[in-house]
Amino acid sequence: MALELDTIPALSAAVVSERLGARLGGRVAFSSAPRERDVTARLERADDLLEAVRELSGGLGMGLATVVATDERREREGDFKVRYVFEPARPTGEPLADLFVSVVVSAAATRPEVPSLTPLLPEADWHEREMRDLFGIEPIGHPDPRTLVLHDGWPAGLYPLRKDFDARMQPERLPAPEFPHVVVEGEGVFEIPVGPIHAGIIEPGHFRFSSVGETVLHLDARLFFTHRGLEKRVEGLTPRDAFFIAERLCGACSVSHALAFAEAVEQIAGVTAPPRARFLRVVALELERLYNHVGDIGNICAGASYHAGTSAGMRLKETLQRENEQLTGNRFLRGFVVPGGVYHDGAARAAAIDRVARETGDRLTELMLALERNPSVVDRLDDTGILTPEEARDLGVTGVAARASGIDRDARRDHPHAAFGGPGAVVPRVSTDAAGDVHARVTVRAAEAAESVRLLRQLVASLPPGPLCAPLPDVLPAWRTGVAVVESPRGASIHWLRTDGAGRVDRYHVRSASYANWPAVPVAALRAIVPDFPLVNKSFELCYACTDR
Amino acid sequence: MLRTLIQSLRDGVVTTRYPDAPAEVPERFRGAPEPEVGRPFGALPTASVCPTGAITAGEGAAYTIDLGRCIFCGRCADEPSDGAIRIGREFELSARRREDLLVRIGRDADGRVTELAPEPADTAALGERVAERIHRTLGRSLHLRHLDAGSCNACDWELVALLAPHYDVRRLGIDFVASPRHADGVIVTGSVTRNLEPAVRRTFEAVPEPRVVIAVGACGCSGGIAPASYASAGGVDQILPVDVYVPGCPPRPEAILFGILLAVGRIEAKRRPAPAR
Repeated sequence: MALELDTIPALSAAVVSERLGARLGGRVAFSSAPRERDVTARLERADDLLEAVRELSGGLGMGLATVVATDERREREGDFKVRYVFEPARPTGEPLADLFVSVVVSAAATRPEVPSLTPLLPEADWHEREMRDLFGIEPIGHPDPRTLVLHDGWPAGLYPLRKDFDARMQPERLPAPEFPHVVVEGEGVFEIPVGPIHAGIIEPGHFRFSSVGETVLHLDARLFFTHRGLEKRVEGLTPRDAFFIAERLCGACSVSHALAFAEAVEQIAGVTAPPRARFLRVVALELERLYNHVGDIGNICAGASYHAGTSAGMRLKETLQRENEQLTGNRFLRGFVVPGGVYHDGAARAAAIDRVARETGDRLTELMLALERNPSVVDRLDDTGILTPEEARDLGVTGVAARASGIDRDARRDHPHAAFGGPGAVVPRVSTDAAGDVHARVTVRAAEAAESVRLLRQLVASLPPGPLCAPLPDVLPAWRTGVAVVESPRGASIHWLRTDGAGRVDRYHVRSASYANWPAVPVAALRAIVPDFPLVNKSFELCYACTDR
Repeated sequence: MLRTLIQSLRDGVVTTRYPDAPAEVPERFRGAPEPEVGRPFGALPTASVCPTGAITAGEGAAYTIDLGRCIFCGRCADEPSDGAIRIGREFELSARRREDLLVRIGRDADGRVTELAPEPADTAALGERVAERIHRTLGRSLHLRHLDAGSCNACDWELVALLAPHYDVRRLGIDFVASPRHADGVIVTGSVTRNLEPAVRRTFEAVPEPRVVIAVGACGCSGGIAPASYASAGGVDQILPVDVYVPGCPPRPEAILFGILLAVGRIEAKRRPAPAR
């Protein structure tokens, strides 16, 4: 491992271009896009894709950030394009290079196909199945032929994200056999179906356990029940209108999605939010992280039947959400971050935020002490639902889940956004833990909450003066692409936005942190008994809404 | 154990007295958009300012804002509209009929903004009759099965908040139960996605009659950000018979509580039709 690390050069656009160019014998054209510092590598032949990916992933230690397909059949080249976006992924303990490398391949207008990356990169699995469902682009060699986003009874040959598909169309539901879940057979093996409607107030997903006694042999998770077609919904809208939908992809990550969309728009417009706005954006972002983390720790207590902890977590979360409403008029902080900056000033709430943050920090310390002192809780958390560092890396896991498996990555440091970059940058301390179990995820979450408290108190005491919003042009430049990453409470969420000829939304794609992390849940569940699954699930605390979109 | 107990005693009671006492509403809170009576009618913003299409500006004097579609972003009051619309602080917006959620704005003889009462309807008493029947059968208590039919999870989190110490809905005989068989009705968030429609129907059918349906949030009331499409039915009432609509994006916990109490007939709707002529 150490040897491998040593051989990876410091990553920059120049290094990547040189290595890729050499590996592919020159059958590649480079440009600096979407951002000046990024690389877009357009492959002459789709067959070279695996070779290019071997170089980026194996040779340069990069990870797959997202995959974006576009229907460009009405454009000059008359084809589909698939962009595989890579980012530096091998932690060094130092900030990673803020760099995106997009490998672009063309797929024919009739019978579009590309080679599948999944056998090489497990993290490509869902991206490729999604592309097959929504665009009809076939990843040749993908090991799983099942649909992902479109469920039973969807007519064959209809692809919602193609440009010639009318979004208002509601195709008839065809008779369909039961979804082919992966099941385990053998003596004493039971199948336990759970969901999509769960016993509590939880988002919908279907879990199919194959178990012997309490031991989980296999877990097949089926999601995308809340697929609302939002990426299609925003096509043709002005970015100003689309913003309100982006902000509502997910309730618990409203600020993160609003900010990522806003930064993508600003990138396309060539506008930078003023310093005061960038600092206030971090205030909102850290408030979001804090209320999520304290609520999640409370919910983990519920999973471990420690009800005093659950109640304490709920109370802390409610106190913070009330402050959210005082600051922004909305308990989920909606309507604060806007493209160009922030909607209004937050200075009037500075003292209140400082007080709420400090009290939350103190109460959380007490809660964590009580939790750690309680052997019946600790016993449930320890060694439950382990995700190993190798698995976390192979699956491209992000956020708390990655850091609790020893992966030192945080988009606030590695892809600086808002006030995490630029003059007077706010520097977050990143916490990790190598154990990878539920306990590690609780510990990392608590450390991050404490760090959010510190950042909030620092921020409200040192807001730079100046305007709140930079003016955006009425019409955005045509055919431009923006890519933005925000560290949400669940990890890095990546928004990819492209304008059409009229400066409206041509294609919008979101890879939320939860999307990246969901495939890790069934893996971690194998190291837990059936009754511990809620605990494992809550320790990841993933959203369904921003996964399913 | 002792520490936990001492801490609890030190904290005291944090539970709100709502609905017996009014809820505290922050200064910045964005409630329903309201017409500013007396402003020039021509200053009302064009329908296109609304990102979810809640504004209908028809011919002549017809202008409506649909609170069922509204996501409470405040943009209609932002636009250079000469203050013709202001953002109010009202959040008790739940209604029995979809049409009661329309803010109807008229134009007087001088070309100025006036507010019109909700449309009177032939079926005005229908919802009340259902509530009476439920009230008779179930008494004042109501146990609901939550159904996430494709929400963004904000409405769901507000339902969870109702169970937290600050709201503690159980003090009012209201609870969320695990099985539809144990429920008196369903409380539905989200626009009903295509992928959830079968599960939504089956859950509803498993609830014994009489049963109420409460649609929560802009998506539940009208489709909200996910109107009818390949992936969305465009609102709960496209699939189930809705008894009470609770607007908001998301509605704050007290607003949902207001809707639940309305469903069981323990409170009067503020938005309701004038008596039938």
